[in-house]
Amino acid sequence: MIAQLTLGERRAGLIILVAIALVGLAMAIAGGNGPFGVHGALVLVGAIAGTFWLLGHYLDAPPRAERLREYYDDPSKVGVALAMIWAVAGMGFGVWVAALLAWPEFTLDQEWASFGRIRPIHTTGVIFGFGGNALIATSFYVMQRTCRTRLPDQLGAWFVLLGYNLFCVLATTGYAMGVTQSKEYAEPEWYVDLWLLVVWVTYFIVYLRTLAHRREPHIYVANWYYLAFVLVVAMLHIVNGLAVPVSFGTDKSYPLFSGVQDALTEWWYGHNAVAFFLTSGFLGMMYYFLPVRAGRPIYSYRLSIISFWGITFMYMWVGSHHLHYTALPQWVQTLGMTFSIILLVPSWGSAANALLTLNGAWHKVRDDATLRFMMVAAVFYGLTTFEGSFLAIRSVNSLSHYTDWTVGHVHAGALGWVAMISFGSVYAMVPWIWKRRAMYSPALVEVHFWLALAGTLIYVIAMWNSGIIQGLMWRTYNESGTLAYSFVDSLVAMRPYYIARTVGGLCFFAGAVLGCLNIYLTATRAPASSAGDSAVTADPRPPVGAMQPAE
Amino acid sequence: MKPERDPVTGRLTTGHEWNGLTELDTPVPKPVYFFLIVFLLFCVGYWLLMPAWPLGTTYTKGLLHQDERASVTARVKAAAEQRASWTSMIEVDHAATVLEDAALMARVRETGRTLFADNCAMCHGMEARGGPGFPSLVSGTPLWGATTDALFQTIMVGINSDHPDSRTSQMPAFGRDGILDATQIDAVVAYVRSLSQPIAPTDRIAKGRELFAANCAACHGEGGNGNSEIGVPDLTDTRWIYGGDSASIRQSIWRGRQGHMPSWDGRLQLWQRRVLALYLVDLRRHAP
Ligand code: HEC
Ligand code: HEC
Ligand code: HEM
Repeated sequence: MIAQLTLGERRAGLIILVAIALVGLAMAIAGGNGPFGVHGALVLVGAIAGTFWLLGHYLDAPPRAERLREYYDDPSKVGVALAMIWAVAGMGFGVWVAALLAWPEFTLDQEWASFGRIRPIHTTGVIFGFGGNALIATSFYVMQRTCRTRLPDQLGAWFVLLGYNLFCVLATTGYAMGVTQSKEYAEPEWYVDLWLLVVWVTYFIVYLRTLAHRREPHIYVANWYYLAFVLVVAMLHIVNGLAVPVSFGTDKSYPLFSGVQDALTEWWYGHNAVAFFLTSGFLGMMYYFLPVRAGRPIYSYRLSIISFWGITFMYMWVGSHHLHYTALPQWVQTLGMTFSIILLVPSWGSAANALLTLNGAWHKVRDDATLRFMMVAAVFYGLTTFEGSFLAIRSVNSLSHYTDWTVGHVHAGALGWVAMISFGSVYAMVPWIWKRRAMYSPALVEVHFWLALAGTLIYVIAMWNSGIIQGLMWRTYNESGTLAYSFVDSLVAMRPYYIARTVGGLCFFAGAVLGCLNIYLTATRAPASSAGDSAVTADPRPPVGAMQPAE
Repeated sequence: MKPERDPVTGRLTTGHEWNGLTELDTPVPKPVYFFLIVFLLFCVGYWLLMPAWPLGTTYTKGLLHQDERASVTARVKAAAEQRASWTSMIEVDHAATVLEDAALMARVRETGRTLFADNCAMCHGMEARGGPGFPSLVSGTPLWGATTDALFQTIMVGINSDHPDSRTSQMPAFGRDGILDATQIDAVVAYVRSLSQPIAPTDRIAKGRELFAANCAACHGEGGNGNSEIGVPDLTDTRWIYGGDSASIRQSIWRGRQGHMPSWDGRLQLWQRRVLALYLVDLRRHAP
């Protein structure tokens, strides 16, 4: 990896690492034995290790100029590996959290393993660890292919990828130590937020620079989506992260807003995290890997445009549907609800565009589990957005809110859509970037597909049932005009579903483990690809010979 | 690249191409426009009827003049009025009368069960049988009496709570505060155990009896039967708050005990507290 950096980049990398080490040292001193100090020490040790590694290869021969004629896929390779590691870790914690709800004693009597701490470890692990790394890895791949140009430099991509993973590690280890802002999906404290900001702005710059160097006259749809994802997430992160630290030597900070303003900011962030992180980014993935794998043109360019702007404009308004019947003024709830309803149209536009693209390739969907992953993802995307618009209606939400129905909805989206499209894209991309003929074992991909589908269905159906039962139990009155069921009665009623959900999660988790194994074997054992491979399994057009140096 | 005709759909491509990827120039399907318009019309209608758009310091109130707070308040009031048909009887009637009224007691059992499960079960257990640190409410000698009025009072003011009229009680820390030494405590423990269990008399128990008469009887009574005037537990029954094994009894005497029962005045309404008191009386009556 270091050998691929130019001499200038090696120097810049060294400066960055030393700067990070100094910051880590300052944190370690200021934070002492507290979590802030532990994080400082972690950063310091990591940066020192990186520095030694870099110094060890500092004098290696500089990279050859021919490299500029090839796409730079090494960050994507590492990104895929990291995504899969986070997938296994994050989903493992997910199964654990699920089990805790059925068997609460499963905390092993450890503080760090209490429900309140491992739940965010799970959500951050899967959304940011798995999802984020998959997005970064595929976006580097897609932006180069669709711009027909190499990444502008080597260091930027590595900084983004490794910096982002440092963020994920600081976030999750922080929760284990009790460091949290207590804002859902925005739990990390101020210093971790600041670091993510640096990484994210760099990501945006890398993307813009690649686009600026593009050798295609038009910008492909996938890039709009990826770019919207990067840009809007930066904006959300900054506004929702506004906080005042208690001091520069502690982890604790207090948000700038308070009360209902804070709640609305949080859910404006929260829903747009769903929208731009979990939707836009993965739509970018879908818009590239699905048509390429199917070998079909996108069904409708015009539909892509309408859907893109519809989603981008409308999502911004809907965060308040998370705060129906709360202290939030009713007019804000009205706006959130109505925009959520219209949002269904562009959402289904995207799902339909994907499924109609498969016309003429349905036989491939039947035979190829990788493409089937993506097809099923598009179906779940349609299902989840329909459900979302439905749940956003105030009277429906009064039943569903605070119940497992929300959790079922989330996981139709997270397992059925986000994870499935990621697995499909990764299975498509892995043989291409490692220059293999195909995945080591297509049979394992097939097994993974069925495990994932079964897991998702078990999970989602269990939570729908449990959520609706719960919601109904909470609002049933007896003839005396008092509640018919106590809260504990509803817990007892949910238990079988919690056990079913654990089983579903276990299936999904097992699939991810098999995926990891298969990807490892593909990278190390699968036969290399040679000319004449079929269009499905080989990168449809190998790196362009006449590519201009990007530097 | 020139637009090409796609053999499957018969559509032209847009002429853009990326790494082999192309797009068709298919027009936006009609249903998309249709649903956009339908949904938009629905929303405009909703905006006209409901509070919707901000106008500087105020907002459009909507033709229906709907107000979330007002409608909730009205509904809560209506529900209370409906319930008043029986809750008012619970509030004013004598406990003895209510306990004889089968119809009313059916409501007490129905409502008491959920009230107890939602407010009390986390400490006293779903069946009110208690657990370590929390007394059973259905068996054994009650701490503060088991009449409806006594229970009602306990529920209202709590025990060692922050209510100004809270019931207060404390078991002193005989060991920690150096009132008794370790051997004396061992003797008292043996004696206390002998009060509820058939244990052959020994010298130590005899010594414990003396120490008990001198140190404990003022509160627990000569025979250790407790005193419901001051909330002191009976040590001769088999109900234990903190455990009846030697180690737990020793702990009670060494470190002292002071249980906290929250006050429900202000947290539960009058009729709810009365329902709970009646519910507990009824539970104890029917306890096996
Ligand atoms: C936070 C835990 C807690 C909750 C909740 C709680 N209690 Fe208690 N309660 C206690 C403790 C502890 C005692 C015993 C106090 C002592 O040891 O002196 C007690 C004592 C009592 C007593 C006196 C028992 C006796 O023998 O005289 C009654 C009656 C009672 N609770 C009823 C209730 C009811 C009814 C509720 C629900 C509205 C309730 N408690 C909720 C902790 C709780
Ligand atoms: C000042 C009054 C007082 C004196 C004196 C006193 N106790 Fe207590 N004792 C209490 C009270 C009140 C409780 C209940 C504490 C609670 O429920 O939290 C109690 C509880 C206990 C318990 C625990 C009962 C259970 O159900 O777990 C034991 C055992 C006990 N006392 C033994 C003794 C012995 C032995 C002595 C004399 C050495 C003694 N007490 C002296 C007031 C007293
Ligand atoms: C049209 C699109 C969508 C709409 C209108 C929508 C709407 C909603 C609504 C109304 C809730 C419940 C809020 C509550 O009662 O607490 C919700 C929760 C959630 N949705 Fe969606 N949804 C959409 C798509 C998606 C997708 C595609 C995903 C996942 C990839 C997703 C992930 C989530 C998450 C994570 C939550 C949980 C929030 C929490 O923790 O409370 N949603 N959504």
